Amino acid sequence: MTISASTAPKKQHLIDPEICIRCNTCEATCPVGAVTHDDTNYVVDVEKCNYCMDCISPCPTGSIDNWRTVAPGRVYSLQEQLGWTELPKQEELSEADTAAMEALEAEVGALLADAHKGSGGKAVAPASAAKPSVNLFSRAKPLTAVVQGNFRITAASSESDIRHIVLGYGDQQFPVLEGQSIGVVLPGVRADGKPHDIRLYSIASARDGEKRNGNNLSLTIKRSAGGVGSNYMCELKVGDKINITGPFGSTFLMPNDINANIIMICTGTGSAPFRAFTERRRRAMEGAGGKLVMYFGARTPEELPYFGPLQKVPQSLLEKHLVYSRLPGQPKEYVQDRMRKHGPALTKLLRDGGTHVFICGLRGMEAGVDEALSDICRAAGLDWNALKPDMRSSGRYHVETY
Amino acid sequence: MTTPTSPPAGAVDYSTKIPNNINLADDSRVLKALEQWHPGYIDWWMTMGPEGFQTSDVYLRTAISIDPKGWAKFDYVKMPEYRWGILLAPQDESRLVNFGASKGEKAWQEVPGEHRAALRRLVVIQGDTEPASVEQQRHLGTTAPSLYDMRNLFQVNVEEGRHLWAMVYLLHKYFGKDGREEADGLLQRRSGDADKPRMLGAFNETTPDWLSFFMFTFFTDRDGKMQLESLAQSGFDPMSRTCRFMLTEEAHHMFVGETGVSRAIERTCEAMKGAGIEDPYDINKVRALGVIDLPTIQKKANLHFSLSLDLFGSEISTNAANFYNGGLKGRYMETKIEDDHALTNAKYPVLKFVDGQIRMVEEPALTALNMRLRDDYVKDCQGGVNRWNKVIEKAGIKFALTLPSVAFHRHIGEFKDVKVSPDGKLLSETDWAKLRDQWIPSIDDGAFIESLMQPCWDRGKYAGWISAPKVGIDNKGGDFEYVKIHRA
Repeated sequence: MTISASTAPKKQHLIDPEICIRCNTCEATCPVGAVTHDDTNYVVDVEKCNYCMDCISPCPTGSIDNWRTVAPGRVYSLQEQLGWTELPKQEELSEADTAAMEALEAEVGALLADAHKGSGGKAVAPASAAKPSVNLFSRAKPLTAVVQGNFRITAASSESDIRHIVLGYGDQQFPVLEGQSIGVVLPGVRADGKPHDIRLYSIASARDGEKRNGNNLSLTIKRSAGGVGSNYMCELKVGDKINITGPFGSTFLMPNDINANIIMICTGTGSAPFRAFTERRRRAMEGAGGKLVMYFGARTPEELPYFGPLQKVPQSLLEKHLVYSRLPGQPKEYVQDRMRKHGPALTKLLRDGGTHVFICGLRGMEAGVDEALSDICRAAGLDWNALKPDMRSSGRYHVETY
Repeated sequence: MTTPTSPPAGAVDYSTKIPNNINLADDSRVLKALEQWHPGYIDWWMTMGPEGFQTSDVYLRTAISIDPKGWAKFDYVKMPEYRWGILLAPQDESRLVNFGASKGEKAWQEVPGEHRAALRRLVVIQGDTEPASVEQQRHLGTTAPSLYDMRNLFQVNVEEGRHLWAMVYLLHKYFGKDGREEADGLLQRRSGDADKPRMLGAFNETTPDWLSFFMFTFFTDRDGKMQLESLAQSGFDPMSRTCRFMLTEEAHHMFVGETGVSRAIERTCEAMKGAGIEDPYDINKVRALGVIDLPTIQKKANLHFSLSLDLFGSEISTNAANFYNGGLKGRYMETKIEDDHALTNAKYPVLKFVDGQIRMVEEPALTALNMRLRDDYVKDCQGGVNRWNKVIEKAGIKFALTLPSVAFHRHIGEFKDVKVSPDGKLLSETDWAKLRDQWIPSIDDGAFIESLMQPCWDRGKYAGWISAPKVGIDNKGGDFEYVKIHRA
């Protein structure tokens, strides 16, 4: 899929006239003169705004932080904005536009579209998810982050080298949500002389940082033999500079509703977004009514990323089911096998309109999990074939596999 | 002895007791003076600051850098431990004096001798208002309609405290012994005190309830915004830089006021619709719903608008002319105005009381600068009132709030000796006495509002007379615990 600049939809920065108090702070702050006003409204010139985000934090009301994805030729003019008494709704975009919406950079859009195709239809964000910022930095204009940490999180004895990598961005703004990804621009070129493809990694930390308010994030990365991207990442040293792009992803997002149940099914580094979800619940949603249930598969405990820290997460916050397929002397067990054992508990959750299912990990797990859900449902008199599209279209079924 | 290293431009140095972005560590005289002033300030804060919540954890924003991306960091802070600091907008080396007789000179980094007394007076008057409003609002925490509102009150309070620091810094840095004495005086006067009152009238009035607080932050803090904006034009560069950074904080105060009143209006309209009440003047019925009737909200607006107009001083003022001519205090958005920025022959229309009549008179623009700033202020207020009316209109209720005539209920300037109705008609003393309670909150109105001021401190809950806000602070959800009270 290739989307050229002229046909790609645009993320347009808008100010909510119902919340804005016309204090002029944004206009005084904007370094490129993109904000202007008349006697009624403050508005942003789409031609001038360069997404620097300088105006976001000083705004006392939050009215400044509004975005609409607009199809080519349908940007809101200054004249239109000056006449508004409220913000327009996000318009329905055409299929082609939607495909490009998760990330306005063609190459990343293609990667994400591929990762999400396992859900079997058009991905929709959870209704209660916060509004994501996407595509603030691109290959042409990346953000330079600094490596703050690189820790191995699988046992030294195991073959699987999985790293927890922390990237700081100093005083630069890089707003992310749990479930989003970032791109990495690799240095150097491929054998054919062209630049390397952007590598996409899920964020493993909560929106307020790996360290709270630390203006940083973390990634979970597995070294794969001969992999240019993963080896580059796993070799990073503290203090190294790295060019990143994004954030990307506007559907695979954590529900903000404290009463949402979240079933998280993952293998290996697919646990990254769920580490973020869990941390968000722990930090900001104390006493949440909704359950967090995790099915996490690995070959052995030694190869399960975050095995140690996970043991310390209380069951009251996260119901953990760690499943191993290569325990000596034990039959192989995969996540779907464990799920089948919990049929009644899972169907009880699936009957609840506040339950969300997220699947993340290797593509191979998809079919097995889908079958398991189908069987569990059948046993309980539910039709998974009808339930799945319903959950998907209401933003409650998400797949991100690779 | 080690040489202190300078922090990068824009970053705030927290190594000294007083966070700052002006290399205070290199200016031992001023650092020492401020460190000596500090205990007195903390004493003042503990005795005159928010009563009963000094040990609570409040989700406050603190400036960690004056760079737009870094200056609003949010975290739980106990108010007495708030890092009050000295923060100036970045210096622009090429900045000029932009108006008055010295227009075109390089902006002054030191106080010009001939303007010393005038500048000191401007700083002291501005500085005196900052602690005054904290004193006026110190009892409000106990009746907060929600944790969200309580947090906003305390944010306003700590920032007013910081604005006092901003002015005290100028006094210590640039005005020698006189400056130090004035800085001490700022901690000695008390709002409403019979012997040592604050300098300006509106800052000696009480703030008895939350509607008053919202009206105060909308109307009176907006006077502060206008004053700061015109001082930000000053040819005395440290004053300009100080006020420019203060304006970013002041915007939050406007926000608290405008949305506070707006949420009260919204809740009233919603309750009226729910009960099927069409007539906004059916006050008893509306009040029975536990919400503030719209005519009473209008009365509160009348009161606070008129008190705030008095803060602009006399319509015709030679002081204002001298401040302008001297390059000390400009007009609102001075650099965006296209004229000679000297006003030598310019005229300006002024509403005056002449020959028993209220009418417009052309006056020299230089002496009419207070009037001009007040006109800009009224326009700014009107915008907010229009937005309040949108809320009423959206609810389908036939009522519109209005700003009263600028001649209404005045104690300073042209109209201080006459009685005028909100629609600008002259009245006899007898008529005024008869009608006053229709326009200004009566004792009964006050008692009714007070009866609604019941604390509501459950997370995510709001008192019955006010709606929930549309968005939280720092993108926090509705049930975020903005204040962890920890009361014994």
